[in-house]
Amino acid sequence: MKLHEYQSKTIFSKFGIPIPKGKVAATASEARQIAKELGGAVVVKSQVLVGGRGKAGGIKVAKTPDEVEKIAGQILAMEIKGLPVRKVLIDEAADIKKEIYLGITNDRAEKKPVIMASAAGGVEIEEIAKTNPELIIKVHINPLIGIKDYQSRDIASAIDLPREHWKVFGEILKGLWEVYQSHDATLAEINPLVITGDDRLVALDGKMLIDDNALFRHQDLNDMRDTDEEAPSEIEARKYGLTFIKLDGNIGCMVNGAGLAMASMDILKLFGGDPANFLDIGGGASAEKVAAAMRIILADPNVKAILFNIFGGITRGDEVAKGILTAMEEVKPKVPMVVRLVGTNAVEGRALLASANMITAETLAEAAQKAVAAAKGDF
Amino acid sequence: MSILANKNTRLLVQGITGSEGLFHTMQMIAYGTNVVAGVTPGKGGEWVNGNVPVFDSVKRAVDATGANTSIIFVPARFAADSILEAADAGIPFVVCITEGIPVMDMMRVRNYIDQKNVRLLGPNCPGLLTPGEAKVGIIPGDIAIPGNVGIVSRSGTLTYEVLYALKQVGMGSSTTVGIGGDPINGTNHIDILQMFEDDPQTDKVVMIGEIGGTDEEKAAEFIATKMTKPVIGFIAGQTAPPGKRMGHAGAIIEGGSGTAAEKIAALEAAGVKVARHPEEIPSLL
Repeated sequence: MKLHEYQSKTIFSKFGIPIPKGKVAATASEARQIAKELGGAVVVKSQVLVGGRGKAGGIKVAKTPDEVEKIAGQILAMEIKGLPVRKVLIDEAADIKKEIYLGITNDRAEKKPVIMASAAGGVEIEEIAKTNPELIIKVHINPLIGIKDYQSRDIASAIDLPREHWKVFGEILKGLWEVYQSHDATLAEINPLVITGDDRLVALDGKMLIDDNALFRHQDLNDMRDTDEEAPSEIEARKYGLTFIKLDGNIGCMVNGAGLAMASMDILKLFGGDPANFLDIGGGASAEKVAAAMRIILADPNVKAILFNIFGGITRGDEVAKGILTAMEEVKPKVPMVVRLVGTNAVEGRALLASANMITAETLAEAAQKAVAAAKGDF
Repeated sequence: MSILANKNTRLLVQGITGSEGLFHTMQMIAYGTNVVAGVTPGKGGEWVNGNVPVFDSVKRAVDATGANTSIIFVPARFAADSILEAADAGIPFVVCITEGIPVMDMMRVRNYIDQKNVRLLGPNCPGLLTPGEAKVGIIPGDIAIPGNVGIVSRSGTLTYEVLYALKQVGMGSSTTVGIGGDPINGTNHIDILQMFEDDPQTDKVVMIGEIGGTDEEKAAEFIATKMTKPVIGFIAGQTAPPGKRMGHAGAIIEGGSGTAAEKIAALEAAGVKVARHPEEIPSLL
């Protein structure tokens, strides 16, 4: 789950990381009021969960409350990469002397969190990694011990931070680690961390990603979820404990198991088809869950055929078949459906479906070819 | 011979009285696995199947039964604790089936157990199956027959698909190992490839990977430099869009890396034949 900049920075500030004075606004007049309170020049920053806000015109400096109101109005009317801007952050403008990148993420290969720092801040870390990889300093954190003082001194020195800032930098880095580990983040990033004209270190921008598996112990973060970036079908799927990702093709897929679901999408493509979605109904899927999955797939008007590939293990073929039948009663699908059932109780499942006028297949390859043909209207 | 589990496995089930734990314990016993004990805190003194004693702690279970392998069916929020309990009780091999453990918990667990020389398989995995000898996990026993093909996979049902396809043509497996779909796990492809290379019963290996991380790229390098036995590969997720988590927590393409195309290219460069779909694997063997 992604957090907005203003949410991330509010959390940073609670852990002693200096952030600019600022407030979030949902209307142009609120923005004006905030600018008045702050006095002086401000930055109006769109709050949407995508990168490249600046390039898209979603971040602008304004000098007077009148100008803030006008610019905030414009930005609040924007869509950035398809996402509507619903809020703007009004931050006091900073006098920037130097920009630094500072972030913590997980290094899968090392099985440890890793600090990344660079003197080339202000651009995306992926960009630095491409153009100047030698400018990225990486230091791993032992998750059982945490950050040690010498590590933050080493990093400060490696990015050529003037010595007078080392102490505050160390406090910021420790704060960022505390934010990271106490919120189950998979990314906590300050970009840029700036040295201001009056020689203070300030986190001008903030970004956090939270581990979805840990949300059960973070109700406060759960409440911050912004569902704008998700398709309504993905939100609906989550309610039923289904993993659904909408794609651009026209063959709906319902599969049990994530790996098999991916392989089923791939094989459709191999035979000239195009999957409309990724959908994993999980292990032990009940009839009710299967029915919900089918409604979600059929809500997509692009879908011209559906492929069911169920390999019974924990999941029982007859349960899935019952779910399909229940859903067919309800939604009365007009598109052809190809079913392949193998494994636990598959024989019973096939018998249940025999009356339902579905196309059946023995192997995955056969099922995929039939689904591709069905989507083209050849069945 | 086989790897990791065989007739000498003395299995302990953590979470044995929960619905999943109980169901799969019965399946494992029916397959012939030697299940010697179970643990559910607060239920010590009970029995499962009339002959498997339940203990309050792993330590007590190990002391009383000499269990040498543990399998965990404990809900995600308690599972990290269960892995540590098994490690602290001196169990050298722990299999964690549980899906959805927070990654921060797994990083702490992994860094802790590595100091104790404990091998963890999973989490978020189907466990392993040595056909005809022992099943430590949830892989359906009837879809596999004993043979000389070692299988290592990040996915559950996709592995079943491969076992089933092999069985259709009369081919069997020495041991089939699911390493799990999480970003931080206990055992990776390379660990298992090394075991298959050393196992006299295994003549050929199938490696099933998926998008996310660089485990398959590292495996490709290992195969090219360290393995003499032939390896067939398959990578799921060629059609996956970047930035989306494809069900498995570890299956995500981040910043353009971890794609199926990169992994397939790395494997082919290492001389591995890569199947276009799972049912093609038997013909490549």
